[in-house]
Order: sequence, then C-alpha cells, then structure tokens
Amino acid sequence: MKRKDILRIVCMVLAFGLVIYTIVSGLSSTLPYQGPTNGQTSRNFFFHVPMWFAMMVMGYTSVVYSIKYLRKMDPRHDVLAAEAARLTVLFGVLGLLTGIVWSRVTWGQALDSTDPGAWWPWEPKQTMALICVLIYLGFFLIRSSFSDPVQRAKISSVFNIFAAASIYPLLYVIPKVLPGLHPNTGGDGSALGTMSPGYYYIFWPAVLGFILTAAWLLDLRGRIAVINYELNSIDDE
Amino acid sequence: MKASSEIVALLKKELLLEWKQKYALYGLLMYSLSMVFVISIGLQNTLPPQAWNVVYWLILLFVSVNSIAKSFMSESEGQLLYIYNLASAQSIILAKLIYNCLLMSLIAVITLLFFVFFAFNGNFGDLSQYLVVVIAGSWTFAANMSMVSAIAAKAKQRTTLLAVLSFPLVIPQMLVCISASGKAIAGDPWANSFGEIAFCISFIVIIASVSVILFPFLWRD
Repeated sequence: MKRKDILRIVCMVLAFGLVIYTIVSGLSSTLPYQGPTNGQTSRNFFFHVPMWFAMMVMGYTSVVYSIKYLRKMDPRHDVLAAEAARLTVLFGVLGLLTGIVWSRVTWGQALDSTDPGAWWPWEPKQTMALICVLIYLGFFLIRSSFSDPVQRAKISSVFNIFAAASIYPLLYVIPKVLPGLHPNTGGDGSALGTMSPGYYYIFWPAVLGFILTAAWLLDLRGRIAVINYELNSIDDE
Repeated sequence: MKASSEIVALLKKELLLEWKQKYALYGLLMYSLSMVFVISIGLQNTLPPQAWNVVYWLILLFVSVNSIAKSFMSESEGQLLYIYNLASAQSIILAKLIYNCLLMSLIAVITLLFFVFFAFNGNFGDLSQYLVVVIAGSWTFAANMSMVSAIAAKAKQRTTLLAVLSFPLVIPQMLVCISASGKAIAGDPWANSFGEIAFCISFIVIIASVSVILFPFLWRD
C-alpha cells in the first residue's frame, strides 16, 4: 500500500468516527448551559456551524485549484476545482437547511408558520450564504455554456477566482456592517467567545469531522472525475 | 508604446465612441428619471427617505447592468481583435475600468440630482457625505461589472449569463452602500460611514488588481 492510500484510509475512518461521535454525543449528552432563546435547539450548533466550516474550506480549495489551473494549464486541476465547487454548493445547501429549521424554532417562534419571516427573515449572514450558493451555481452555468473544454476551463477558473476575490471579503464585512440575528453580527461578539467550554468537546470534533468528510468526498469524486476526463480524452484521440 | 499612453489612448477612444453615440447615455438618464417619476407618482410621494435610498441603489444596479455590463459586448469580434493586437491586455482592462468608473459616477451624480429635486423633498441629512458614498459605491459597481461583462461576453447566451453572474456579485456590495448612504441621509457624522467608504475603496483596489491579473487569460485564445 502506498503512503497516500494509508492517508486516505485514516482520513476516511477519522471522518466517519468524528461524524458518528458528533451525532451521538451532540444529540444525547447533557448540555452544560442552554441559552435563554435556544434551549435544547442549541444542539444544532454542532451541525449547522460545521457545515459552514466545510463549505468555506471547499470554497477556498476550489479557488486554489483554479489558480493552479491558470498557472499550469493542467486540466486535472480544473476538474478538481469544479468538484470542490460542487461540494461547496452541497455543504452550503446543508448549512442553509439546518439554519432554516433552527431559525423557525428560535427567531420565528412568535410568528405564524405561514409567515415567510418565520423560515427566512432575510438576515445578513443568511443572505450572504444564499448569495454564495448562487455564485457557485453561476459557476456551473458558465461551465455548461461552453462546449470547448479548454475555453470552459479557462473562463470558469477566471470567474471562480474573481468571484472569490469579490465575495469573500464581504463575508467578513457585511455581518459587521448590517445588524442581524446571528451571533457575530453588528456589535455582537462571536458565539465561540460566549460559548460554554463544555461545548468545545463536541463542537471542534464536529468541525474536524465534517471538514474531513468533505475532503474525503472531494478526493473520491475528484479521482472519478479525473479518470472520466482521461477516458474522454483517450476517446477523442 | 508605454502602458500609460496606451491607457490614455484607449480611454480617449471609449470617450469618443460614447460621445458619438449620445443616445446610449441619454437613454440611461431617461431610464433613471422615469423610474423616479413612476415611483413618486405611483406612491403619491409617500415614500420615506430611507426607502428612496434603496430605490436609488436599485436604479444604479439596473443602469449598471444595462450599460457597464455590455461594455465588452458592444464591440464586434473584429474590432476587439484589432485592439488586442495594438495594446496589451492589462491596459485594455484598466482603460475599460477607468472609463466605466467615469460613466458610472456621471450617471450616479445626475441621478442624485433627480433625487434631490423630486424625491427627498429637502429632508436630507448630509448631502456631501451622500455624494462621496455614491461615487465610491458606483465605482465598485463599475469595477465588478466590467470584469463580469468580459467573462460573459465569451459565452453564447450572453444576456442570461450576465444577469445570473452579476446580480449575486453586486448585491452584497449594494447592501454595504445602502447601509452607508442610509447613514448619510439620517445625518450621522462622517465617522459612522467611514468604515463602509474605506471598504468600497479597498474593494475597488482588490477588484482592479484581480482584473488586471485575470483578464489576459480571457482573451488569449
């Protein structure tokens, strides 16, 4: 077995172990402190927040592969950038869904469930997350609108880097500028600062677990995509 | 040719073209004027200044989609090829950026005049602060849209792609601009909106440098 394969197995086992640990202990352990509004729903913290960590890691990975593509013009990097972008969308959608369910119970408690504000209050962080997902969908739209693989790879890489340069700074600015319901918006501090340290033993393993899951998926899908790409280019010759 | 003289020559070309086709500029101004008219008559002048502020940025958003975003599409393939042979890619994108910033700030200022006369009705905090926010904000729009236009111009379904790509990119900046100009209308001190203005300026620097780095990859094929 090669060194890389051992690394892959370790990554996979660790990812599965940590995610299972998160699910079991996140749902069953006694919470050290329940916030005034959140109550038992603060267990969602172990699932909702790691999704964004995984999404951002995949987003940055995608940009790195796009930069690599433009430097070396190696089509494999472009394929990997696209796969990382796909995972960015996946984890972004999962983050949005876990967030919607949570916001229904906490922010929308007083509202009727037919009131859209109960599910989607257009909160700045929420909006930015949706916009990120939309941008990556735009990235796939670009990819589907070019038939020439070289042109597609080039232009989608350019868009990927440009969009990241334009949107990633705003991810840190907008929540500070606009008041919101999330922690860490407006004048509020980060939730990690006020969080009871008892949460850390579940939260950080959860973050690591979901990031490793994303990495494992990227590795798996990336290898399939590269093999497919190579098969196609053999067919073309 | 030196890069600076190249940029000046390209800028001159853009300005001459715009001057020859004045209808495009007039069309954009008509667009913003009619938007102000329709909203003030339709709502019988009941809109508070903070809501007008959002309308102002909406007008700028659509004007920029209609003008700046088409900047790489109005030229024919042959024309582009000719320019690409004469000048370097970096000067082309920089000239476009500067020209688009000029055009956008002109439209923004004239639209602001319409707003001062027809919309705000004198209940206004700090006009000079608003003006600074508006110019900085319109430049971020122009910078962002120029590059999106260059990207979308390469595809076949240009207009659809343009809308899909540009709106998610521009809306977050618009939120920052709305928040800053809202403070200006309320008459807050400069220090409150300083962060947003500084952000707009650093944002333009980031976007311009990224465009200069990335644009050569778009046309070299």
